[in-house]
Amino acid sequence: MRHSRILKAGVACDQTEEHRNTLIADQDTQWLPATTGTVLGIALNHADLREQMAEAFNEKPHVNPPKTPVLHIKTDNTHIGNGAAIPAPADGEAIYAGPSLGIVIGQQATRVSAAEALDYVKGYTVVNEVSLAENSFYRPAVKAKCRDGFCPIGPWVVDAADVKEPGALQIATYVNGEMQHCTTTAKLHYGIAEIVEYVSSFITLQPGDLLIAGTPQRTEKLALKAGDTVAIEIEQIGRLENPVVAEQEIAQ
Amino acid sequence: MKRARILHNGQETDVTVNDDHQAVLADGTVLNESDVHWLPPCDGKIFVLGLNYADHASELAFSAPEEPLVFLKGPNTLIGHNQKTYRPDNVDYMHYEAELVAIIGKTAKNVSREDAMDYIGGYTVGNDYAIRDYLENYYRPNLRVKSRDTCTPVGPFIIDAEDVGDPSNLELKAYINGELKQHGNTKDMIFDIPFLVEYLSAIMTLQPGDMIFTGTPEGLADVKPGDEVVIEVEKVGRLANTIITEDEYVASLNA
Repeated sequence: MRHSRILKAGVACDQTEEHRNTLIADQDTQWLPATTGTVLGIALNHADLREQMAEAFNEKPHVNPPKTPVLHIKTDNTHIGNGAAIPAPADGEAIYAGPSLGIVIGQQATRVSAAEALDYVKGYTVVNEVSLAENSFYRPAVKAKCRDGFCPIGPWVVDAADVKEPGALQIATYVNGEMQHCTTTAKLHYGIAEIVEYVSSFITLQPGDLLIAGTPQRTEKLALKAGDTVAIEIEQIGRLENPVVAEQEIAQ
Repeated sequence: MKRARILHNGQETDVTVNDDHQAVLADGTVLNESDVHWLPPCDGKIFVLGLNYADHASELAFSAPEEPLVFLKGPNTLIGHNQKTYRPDNVDYMHYEAELVAIIGKTAKNVSREDAMDYIGGYTVGNDYAIRDYLENYYRPNLRVKSRDTCTPVGPFIIDAEDVGDPSNLELKAYINGELKQHGNTKDMIFDIPFLVEYLSAIMTLQPGDMIFTGTPEGLADVKPGDEVVIEVEKVGRLANTIITEDEYVASLNA
């Protein structure tokens, strides 16, 4: 089954249906973010990105490679649904897509071991963890990652039981219909169970909380500008598509 | 006016607080401070300023930042007045941080410094605990240092901004078991509240209930299970909490 949240005549509704691969677009409905809880991202969790950073990890200001998963928070103002506009900065500063698998928590999780972690996962969704250029990983990335609309989530959450091998899913990113980037969840440095184990070792996770498993290096292939449409497709999960609109053109 | 949230007969309940620190229910029932289960008084985004007092920055061997050092905490961290925060086992240094917390009162986007105070609804007292053992040089201070369950006492209540007046000359104090350990004044903030509202609202839309923890002056010290830590902010309030062990915390979750 899959679970979505939609706005129907101004009212937020939960919707559950058989998981199909086709997106049923209803003109009268608007997709809401597929989850409602806290959203935490795992930075520097893509194997290729870590390889590219290997030297920098040993230099100032980092000095040492990260010993633990590097977490950040995507505040609620960033969460938008499938089809909603991603606001591009008025000053034209470059923004980048952040394709990732989203891990959705199903029950309260405190100090969960990796062996039992998947029992706490309700399902999976698609996340576009949008960011300004990541020039530094030294200070918290509030400015780069917490702008309004910088975290499309959805269209839905697919039950874990309906996803085979979540640790080996293809993730494709399309800009204006052309595939620009392809990766896989097999590239995650810390896998799904390890992420849940680590986060729950000091943060009690609640049902509906979302963990963004890891985004690749933000190269020019993932650059977005006003007028673009970006889609992230994860096999067995779904396709999350959003237009990019100059923020000054978005009605407040 | 002072407004708080309490757990009353198992229900989250909005109350006002009188001058004797008693909670007053909508029906006029008065509850003594020590009989009340205080909850965090609001539940918005949690912004925290690092190194926002010049003396504290030098205490940590940093030069004052040119741009605000802002980090975020999750809602799992919040606890109310007179509640318990845990110290992880086997750490060397856990310290409190006494802070004035500004609460956003209305939706704010691209607000100028000049207009910023119109968007502050009130103030409360915050304690931004940190575990220094866990610092790493990635998104520093990282979530394991600052976003652990229960590590952010806040409250007891929100006092209306108009009842405080100018927030830029308030005494801040932290006591461990009654002994004064930290003493500063909000006049020594590097980036003041109007600046912070302008800075944050240029990045994102702020909503009523969002909290800005404005940083802490020098005077840090280690705290241990059994310690009672009290934070006082002049004209705003007095916030107490007790340190417990990690085992006690985990047991309380399963209770």
